Amino acid sequence: MLTVATGNKAVAAAVKAAKPAVVAAYPITPQTEIVEQIAEYVTAGEMDARYIPVESEHSAMTACIGASITGVRSFTATSSQGLLYMHEMLHWAAGARLPIVMANVNRALGPGWNVWAEHTDAFSQRDTGWLQFFVSTVQEAYDTTLMAFRIAEDTGILLPVMVNLDGFVLSHIMQSLETVEIGDYIPPMVLPHKIDVDNPAGYGTLTGPNDHFKFRWEIERAMRHSPSVIRDAEEEFARRFGRKYGPTDEYLCDDADVLIVSMGTLGKEAEVAVDILRKEGVKAGSMRIRWFRPFPELDIRGRDLVVLDRGYSFGFGGVLTDSIKSRYRDASIFSVVAGLGGQEVTYDDIAEFVRNRRMNEEYWFGVDA
Amino acid sequence: MAEIPKEEYLEKCTTACAGCTSSLTLRYVLKAAGPDTVLVVPACCTSILQGIYPNTAFNVPVYNIAFAAAAACASGMSEAFASMGKKTNVIVYAGDGGTIDIGIQALSGALERGTDFLYICYDNEAYGNTGMQRSGATPMGARTTTTPGGKTNAKKDLDRIIAAHNIPYQATATPAYPKDLYEKVKTALATPGPSFIHILAPCPPGWRIASDMSVAVGKLAVKTGSWVLWERKYGELSISSPSKGAMKKRAPLRDYLSVQGRFKGISDSTVNELEQAIEKNIAQLAKEEAGEC
Repeated sequence: MLTVATGNKAVAAAVKAAKPAVVAAYPITPQTEIVEQIAEYVTAGEMDARYIPVESEHSAMTACIGASITGVRSFTATSSQGLLYMHEMLHWAAGARLPIVMANVNRALGPGWNVWAEHTDAFSQRDTGWLQFFVSTVQEAYDTTLMAFRIAEDTGILLPVMVNLDGFVLSHIMQSLETVEIGDYIPPMVLPHKIDVDNPAGYGTLTGPNDHFKFRWEIERAMRHSPSVIRDAEEEFARRFGRKYGPTDEYLCDDADVLIVSMGTLGKEAEVAVDILRKEGVKAGSMRIRWFRPFPELDIRGRDLVVLDRGYSFGFGGVLTDSIKSRYRDASIFSVVAGLGGQEVTYDDIAEFVRNRRMNEEYWFGVDA
Repeated sequence: MAEIPKEEYLEKCTTACAGCTSSLTLRYVLKAAGPDTVLVVPACCTSILQGIYPNTAFNVPVYNIAFAAAAACASGMSEAFASMGKKTNVIVYAGDGGTIDIGIQALSGALERGTDFLYICYDNEAYGNTGMQRSGATPMGARTTTTPGGKTNAKKDLDRIIAAHNIPYQATATPAYPKDLYEKVKTALATPGPSFIHILAPCPPGWRIASDMSVAVGKLAVKTGSWVLWERKYGELSISSPSKGAMKKRAPLRDYLSVQGRFKGISDSTVNELEQAIEKNIAQLAKEEAGEC
């Protein structure tokens, strides 16, 4: 069905379609609309889920963990401080191999209070064992949320999945949205290690170094296996519903000499910048990264990269830049730190980054001269 | 009164200290609960005494969870079981630190939301698993590794905090009176919505008592009025029979304190303060039972 929706409403609609048994939720700007909408669905009887209005994000993630280990589908949504407040439990969810799906509406961290888009919240959860996707449109937020459940619950993965969408510039803007009848696109959840009172077991019992090490390796093995599962979920989605996704969203990359590499909504601005630059005779392309973890293989050989980083590792560098550099040591990168705290970054600004690129240097947009 | 069942859900290979009353408590809790039960355990002595993976000494599913998280985990579990139409008992078994200090936010939230579960706090009045540091439950005058001169603050009044949530069933117990404990767990599990039982659990290494004294010390706690056994069903308080006599004629508080190394050298003024707190607590409970407040 074709409609219009905000990014938040699109996520809520996808969650409704995925039919989780339990949703645990705590409000935080700019995510709140997601859990409000789900509460309305549940109250109106349009969604047959148990809605747990928890008293904190720490409890939101923990309640999802408690629900998930019984073998049922669970969902929560958060943002910024909320995501960091549940940090401990993100490790727990992944370590317990629970296929929880969460929407994270990317927002800066305090102090000072800032409710606008930045990726530092998600980046700071990079090493928790969650799969992380970044989306750029309302439609993609909907589609990726649906795919997230199928990917998380694949018995070769059984890891939690975070769907990231930029605060306000995506969470609160209206775009067209085509919802789908998902049919059996997401198979029933089967958790092999679910709690069974007829077969009692200890979960998370004291674990010695050898077993602990083995369990951590199994998480990484699932991560290494995940690209094939994600691709399968994306291909099956395209086959059924007609929209094709991949690890990156590439625009005019094939013959490009310079690639603008970004995540989230900046990627859509970058496409307009590419059009402007192409008119000027600059062979530019846009490569928007959709999978942050697992980090995908990138076809960047021989091109200049202008990497837009909406998050930073103090004392080191841009986080996206860092991920690219550590995989492609010879990559020629102009690292642009831009858009922190909702800083406006237009396609004209991005075109200017490309024109004035200084390879192997870093530039803080709006701060550096 | 029903006989306590012979079935055992704690095997003999736990790593508990000799004389541990927390594991004694759990033994009765599980006998009352039966096999259709899941335990949720935050960081506490019980996290460790299950044994080391892949072994477990517990014959019911145990979900171990982070320190602050037990009640929230039980919330998710309870709702999930309800969504499947299952009646499985969800029981949090948590120490005093995980309840009174770091876990109180999640606990308060779960009680306020009317979560259908039983929360049991076994209270050994300190952080036992990390080697006896003071907690909010440590009584005034008790020496711990972080209050080497004796604690200067009073024990947090957890039961009145819980009572403020107006839950359907709330009780205190101690394994020194196992039938009382057993019956209270039965009642709690038969009551829909949230139930809470606060257990005094004497701890031989922490309280510096001989390991064969922990049950006797539990009885002394009740006889001196330091620990009052009661239950409150839908707002109606009744003092439990072991405490009824103690409330009429209390054994001297010094009998309870002097057998515990942790109170060695306690000052007369601190004993007086403890005495006054006991009198105040008993008077309040007596008034409430008589319907005077």
